Amino acid sequence: MSAPKTMFEKVWSAHEVVPETADTPAVIFIDLHLTHEVTSPQAFSLLRERGLRLRRPDLTLATMDHATPTRTEQVFGGAPITIDSAAKQIRQLEVNCAEFGVELLGLQDARRGIVHIIGPELGVTQPGKTIVCGDSHTSTHGAFGALAFGIGTTEVGHVLATQCLLQKKPKTFAVEVDGRLSAGVTPKDLILAIIGKVGVSGGTGHVFEYRGEAIRAMSMDERMTVCNMSIEAGARAGMIAPDDTTYAYLADTPRAPKGSAWESALARWRSLPSDTGAQFDKAVHIDAAALEPMVTYGTNPGMVVAVSGHVPDRKGDPVFDAAMKYMGLNPGEPIGNAPVNVVFVGSCTNGRLSDLRAAARVLRGQKVASGVHMLVVPGSQEVKRLAEAEGLHEVFRAAGAEWRESGCSMCLGMNGDTVGKGQYSVSTSNRNFEGRQGVGARTLLASPETAAASAIRGRVTDPRELLS
Amino acid sequence: MKTTGLNPIVSIRSRTVVMPSTNIDTDQLVPARFLTTTTKEGLGKALFADWRYDADGNPKPDFILNRPEAAGCRVLVAGRNVGCGSSREHAPWALVDYGFQAVISTEIADIFRNNSLKNGLLPVVVDEATHAWLLANPGTEVEINLASSMLHVPGRAPVSFPIDPFARYCLMNGVDELGFLLSSDEAIKAYEAKRVA
Repeated sequence: MSAPKTMFEKVWSAHEVVPETADTPAVIFIDLHLTHEVTSPQAFSLLRERGLRLRRPDLTLATMDHATPTRTEQVFGGAPITIDSAAKQIRQLEVNCAEFGVELLGLQDARRGIVHIIGPELGVTQPGKTIVCGDSHTSTHGAFGALAFGIGTTEVGHVLATQCLLQKKPKTFAVEVDGRLSAGVTPKDLILAIIGKVGVSGGTGHVFEYRGEAIRAMSMDERMTVCNMSIEAGARAGMIAPDDTTYAYLADTPRAPKGSAWESALARWRSLPSDTGAQFDKAVHIDAAALEPMVTYGTNPGMVVAVSGHVPDRKGDPVFDAAMKYMGLNPGEPIGNAPVNVVFVGSCTNGRLSDLRAAARVLRGQKVASGVHMLVVPGSQEVKRLAEAEGLHEVFRAAGAEWRESGCSMCLGMNGDTVGKGQYSVSTSNRNFEGRQGVGARTLLASPETAAASAIRGRVTDPRELLS
Repeated sequence: MKTTGLNPIVSIRSRTVVMPSTNIDTDQLVPARFLTTTTKEGLGKALFADWRYDADGNPKPDFILNRPEAAGCRVLVAGRNVGCGSSREHAPWALVDYGFQAVISTEIADIFRNNSLKNGLLPVVVDEATHAWLLANPGTEVEINLASSMLHVPGRAPVSFPIDPFARYCLMNGVDELGFLLSSDEAIKAYEAKRVA
């Protein structure tokens, strides 16, 4: 009998075209290559310079999300895109996809959206696949039991040309989430707590596998939120074993296998979960039941406290001192004292339908506080359509929030949606780095519920105060 | 194998510039607003833009790269966990375009390290003691010998640094990893033939 294997090891070994040796990395086959306008232009140029063709257009899917505007008049109304270089990048992706035969879900396509939202939505994200994209949040797709990780543009070129990557085998890291999350505590709070515990480089060189009762109880949307932020703990990938929740989600998607192909896929997928007794290189345990809604107070996603808690006092730690200076917060003060100028609900972390529902549940019949600018940006055009069918957009507008077309939007300041210098933004996105949402912007990462509650009160607020 | 157009690296000798901050993320290395480009060139001016320039675009005199002693330095000594965050290869493109050839730290984030190796930017991971000494002694002339994987610091015993042998081979010969992948075509075809879709 062979030794028990982790899910990661099973997926890895099934994709070894050439195994790793002492002198050379493994050649790993890639089942799905997602690409977008920002990290692909130089890779297509590489193909042109070398006279190479795209090896597997059938395994390549392009969309545009990072640099795209979210204002309806710019997406559909013919109004000029504000940032010239962004408009040029969008046009370049259209040219590149046409020239190399890549399917492109372009600016006005009803299936367009953030690359990590549309892969699962279309059903091209599937258990056991290797999935890459020139974006670090590719870890999102690991929620389906795929091995999914972000790559640089040179590697985007490698995959375009050969459908393979040269990779050293990473180590494995079990993230055991014991017990259940209590009411009002979300998967976003859980992953922020995990990053706080593991640290922003604790996962470097490793692939996470999230395990335990709380994970099993989550919907696919919720699992994606968790896997999405694996990279914020340094892990390139985070995986969750597929189960009936996974299969039920995929069965309704347009590009999942159908008929007998579905049955044989299902049989393969059921063999993926880590074997009993499989050994991980590292492990951490988190008590889900002990968690509260969380929010970041500093300039990396590991600087996190309970919403009801206080900014810690680590004066003398240079990272902490620099963060306090940038954030304009004081050690020891309640994080609930932090003012709020902007609230952003969206991104590949929290831009799915269930996230919008969660924000709407808090906002229904309420008003965004005077002086707070709230932006709600669906993760895809399909999410937008479904949200509008439920009337969620009317809840947001009635509360005083803006409702936009899909895209990465305010998660990163490169598409026209930015937070002003010195302003405090409670954001459902994934990074609170200096300047991430705009030059001088101060980001506090939180769940959609906490973001919505904070919008209403105009200060960082525990959503349970409004939901009880 | 076809060359990348990168110059082969055997050893790097330079004074160091020191940025002791922990977790220097790729949003600091190149802020997102500079990513709307379709080429690799010219990103050196965007390197550390928000730390380097004031709101009017003038260099901040206190920022290390704007100080006279940093001129000509090709080795960056950074705090722990440099390059964390986004996968943007614009980060090493900007460092290389600016003139850096190596980054030294105790921890270097995975994607940034991979991207650096593909652009002739040497990621050098050293022990805490060596790192602490380098942080405390900015401007030291060091030699990074890729052939021996040794870092030479004056007055101290040489220290070895880990580097993947294949990446080292590619860097020392100015050879492209894509060439190696393309030479695996037969194996890829064989894999594709037996692959379950």
